[in-house]
Amino acid sequence: MYPSRFNYESPSTIDEAIALLDAGRGEAKILAGGQSLVPMLKLRFAAPETLVDINNIPGLGYHHFDEGGALHIGALCRHEDIEKSTVIAEGQPTIAAAAPLVADPIVRTRGTFVGSVCHGDPQGDWAACMIALDGFIVAQGPNGRREIPVESFVTGPFQNVLAHNEIAIEAVVPAPRGEARGAYLKLERRVGDFATAAVAVALDMSGDMVLRAGIALTGVGGTTVNAAEAADSLTGSTLDADSVSRAAELAAAAAQPRSDHRGSASYKRHIVNTFTARALSGIASSNERAA
Amino acid sequence: MTIDEIKIGGMGASRRRVEDNRFIRGRGNYVDDVVLPGMLHMEILRSPLAHARIRSIDASKAWEIPGVRLVLTGDMMATRNLAWMPTLSYDTQAVLATDKVRFQGQEVAAVIADDPYIAKDACEAIVVDYEPLPVIVNPMQAMADSAPLIRDDKENQPDNKVFDWEVGDREATERAFAEADVVSKLELHYPRSHPSPLEPCGSIADFDRSTGKLTVYMTTQAPHIIRAAVALVAELPEHMIRIISPDLGGGFGNKVPVYPGYVISILASILTERPVKWIEDKTGNLISTGFGRDVYLQGEMALRKDGRILGVRMHTISDHGAFFSDAQPSKFKIGLMHSAFACYDIPSAHLTATGMYTNKAPGGVAYRCSFRVTEAMFFQERMVQAAADDLGMDQAEFRRVNFVRDDDFPHRTAFGFLTDSGQYGKCLDVGLEAIGYEQFLKDQEEARKKGRLLGIGISTMTEPLGAGNSREYDILGIKMFDSAELRVHMTGKAILRTGAKTQGQGHETTWAQIVAHELGIPADDIVVEEGDTDTAPFGMGTYASRSTPVAGAAVAMVSRKIRAKARKIAAHLLEVSEEDVEWELGRFYVRSQPDRGVTIQDCSMAAYSNVPDGMEPGLENTAYYDPPNLTWPFACYIATVEVDPVTGVWDVLRMVAVDDCGVRINPMIVEGQIMGGLTEAYAMASMQFITFDADGNCVGSNYMDYLLPTAWETPGFELHEVVTPCPHHPIGAKGIGECATVGGPAAFVNAVMDAVKHLGVRNVDMPMLPDRVHQAVTTGSDVSGMPPVRTDAP
Repeated sequence: MYPSRFNYESPSTIDEAIALLDAGRGEAKILAGGQSLVPMLKLRFAAPETLVDINNIPGLGYHHFDEGGALHIGALCRHEDIEKSTVIAEGQPTIAAAAPLVADPIVRTRGTFVGSVCHGDPQGDWAACMIALDGFIVAQGPNGRREIPVESFVTGPFQNVLAHNEIAIEAVVPAPRGEARGAYLKLERRVGDFATAAVAVALDMSGDMVLRAGIALTGVGGTTVNAAEAADSLTGSTLDADSVSRAAELAAAAAQPRSDHRGSASYKRHIVNTFTARALSGIASSNERAA
Repeated sequence: MTIDEIKIGGMGASRRRVEDNRFIRGRGNYVDDVVLPGMLHMEILRSPLAHARIRSIDASKAWEIPGVRLVLTGDMMATRNLAWMPTLSYDTQAVLATDKVRFQGQEVAAVIADDPYIAKDACEAIVVDYEPLPVIVNPMQAMADSAPLIRDDKENQPDNKVFDWEVGDREATERAFAEADVVSKLELHYPRSHPSPLEPCGSIADFDRSTGKLTVYMTTQAPHIIRAAVALVAELPEHMIRIISPDLGGGFGNKVPVYPGYVISILASILTERPVKWIEDKTGNLISTGFGRDVYLQGEMALRKDGRILGVRMHTISDHGAFFSDAQPSKFKIGLMHSAFACYDIPSAHLTATGMYTNKAPGGVAYRCSFRVTEAMFFQERMVQAAADDLGMDQAEFRRVNFVRDDDFPHRTAFGFLTDSGQYGKCLDVGLEAIGYEQFLKDQEEARKKGRLLGIGISTMTEPLGAGNSREYDILGIKMFDSAELRVHMTGKAILRTGAKTQGQGHETTWAQIVAHELGIPADDIVVEEGDTDTAPFGMGTYASRSTPVAGAAVAMVSRKIRAKARKIAAHLLEVSEEDVEWELGRFYVRSQPDRGVTIQDCSMAAYSNVPDGMEPGLENTAYYDPPNLTWPFACYIATVEVDPVTGVWDVLRMVAVDDCGVRINPMIVEGQIMGGLTEAYAMASMQFITFDADGNCVGSNYMDYLLPTAWETPGFELHEVVTPCPHHPIGAKGIGECATVGGPAAFVNAVMDAVKHLGVRNVDMPMLPDRVHQAVTTGSDVSGMPPVRTDAP
């Protein structure tokens, strides 16, 4: 690959990294896993003056649940760390379901969760999970930290609200009210392909009662689609057949797909409907089995 | 003591591939690994538009960039008469565009600089003023009266037609249709795919003015053809041209043609008097080099009620892109499309073919199939299934009824090919037994009652592999024979060179096994070398599964020449007359005294130290082999699938492959070839196509859009074999490299169609994306893969 020329910086502290971004005046980019940025450099779609490589900053590879039950994912936590995590397998079903479906095994060893959310690709799996989970990004800049809900973090394809001198330092999934249930279903032509369509479902449940629901859609809009109406329709329900099919129809209505070589718009809408129903029915039937 | 042939790595040994020693250690030597002193780097500027007139090219900003040594445009190439070059099919192709660009990705300018970064920067600094022209993206558009003329550079080219061609007996076929009880019809599109070798194309041209010699390291499957082409195009004397094809990272037909990048790098080296390296990027490879397929196939079959096929009519419309540069035997405009239906005993057949220019990349290099055979066999097996369904006949039985019988060889096909051997019925039976055919049909019926859609697809075929013979097959008039040169050293070790060129097939391993089989020299004692025109004997290279049928035969024949001389030496050493000498593997002995003998190694030592009076010393020879016929491997592929009626997603349950490639030299390598071929077949059936939007933008210009399957989704394959030795090949071998790619796709498509045919669906074009299958299931109608005239814009 022959990208445009760039300066390479490798700070060892977050403050140093922020200072480099600040000095870059919008022409500096963070390099974390590089699985989206490097291809863009190769194609010369991105031509930053400076790359600020944060891989040598210690202490950013973590993921853990805090005492209150919120999940924190550090800026250098790789997809593979999440895929292999026992705490996530036990404690966060939506993310656990999506982890093995992100890209391919090679990309997963290097790419980062937070970097993927920052990249703002409407095909990104993690943004859908985070929106369904009401997750937020913690950004740190010269003036300290702030929290930004993922729902309002990504503003368009490959665009986010970070200031030029801010770093997304971690992603946080708030503690569930009740028991966390979830699913992520994705249709892809091949492992590593972007989703033809995918559906993230996150439910907080008490017994078989839905206390809070989140549904978000991958690959069927200019940005990740928050199917809020579909999710809200489930609140208070017991995932009976009627509420499942109503939510599935509302989710399909929320999708804004377009036809391309992966499939027609109407087909993608159909898949959103089918996958939403299958995800919810799957949760309902595992509830029944548990009962 | 008798030598154990398997122990010395002879025929039938699954010997480990010797080339893998360096490949798995990262010690391969590919073109991009070659670094020459003073080497410059070349980058090509490609057209963003599919059809446009070039008003002007301003390269002044590029020249100003430090480190830029040369900027070449079409006008500068034209001063050397190199703006255009001949193709392998008697057409011409632009090297660098002068008048118009005719496809997206066409070569417009080239920068030669101190490093590739500078060259790329300089390409971006070149300003080209284009006047957009109407774009043609499929051959039907190209036929319209109002269609713009793509090849206005050619004299006597009033329209966009490349050729009209026909073969077979029109009248006899018409009579067959008049007599038919049932006429079955089918129309489909075989989508454009790409060979996608891991290593893209590239070259390093090194012109030495002091000696006048041009050395070119090049990613080519056919170095000697390239040498001839360079001699003709660049008007350099042939002995002053050395083409070296080092390790190749796959070819699959992609590295047969001459590409503009090679020619430009050669001129650049002549002008700069420095070595010039050009390495294409992956996108450049996908959008500008030889593709495969892109053929519309329609046909009909005249049938008798009892299931016998009376005749076949086919019409093909092929999309050749902007320049006709198929690799093809020059006599046959649409390659060997007329090899279709060769395994069936059909009295009459007729094929008409039309080729059209479009504003797409040129190529049609027949990706992993010999000259359009892939399309032929795909249509054949889709048509056979449709006909069986129309007759209400079991698809296996319908094939059996129409197969050429084992005792009916040699058999002349309705299109005129001569097949020489086969056991098609046995091959099918092995497959049916392996898959458990009867049981599956019961399971399928039960499953359907529960709303589950299971399907079974069969594909049986024989295909012509191993071009030539030279009477019938040539490229640009160069006859399609091949060669081998064997030098046995004093101590019985040897070096073998052939005119073929391995690119993953494992020649370094298997050629040594043939020598071991013929001479008893352990395979480990033989080094195999190919690809350097200064050292290798003349040959036509490796493609069309021709290496084992042609070069492999030459290896056997040259070994026999060596053995004949060694026999004379043995007689001399044993002090008996030659007639009294007998041969067993690796050893000559006296007939009357079997324990008195000399080994082949004794003979090689004597060849350099103790030859009989009057004999030339040394033990080396060359053989040129012109095969009497093509080889005709055959196969039966059977896939079972389950279709999700709600999503259209289909999964392969099992895939059984029964291949007959005659005698297997290295069974492990043969199995690897079959599995690789089946993987590519699965890819084409399920996910692969290069399509274009209405503006001629290539949707499939990178490996996120054009998909190669991974180990994750590729199904498991169950391999079986039937062995019918080729009657004319010296060791009974046939080609195998392409069989599974050729025959495999129809098995997958037939399986999915079998699962949904009760809904009224007859055809879903490849790739059978879930979207298409879902549409077929919900509407009960066929789904065409005709490229969209317009996709909706973002």
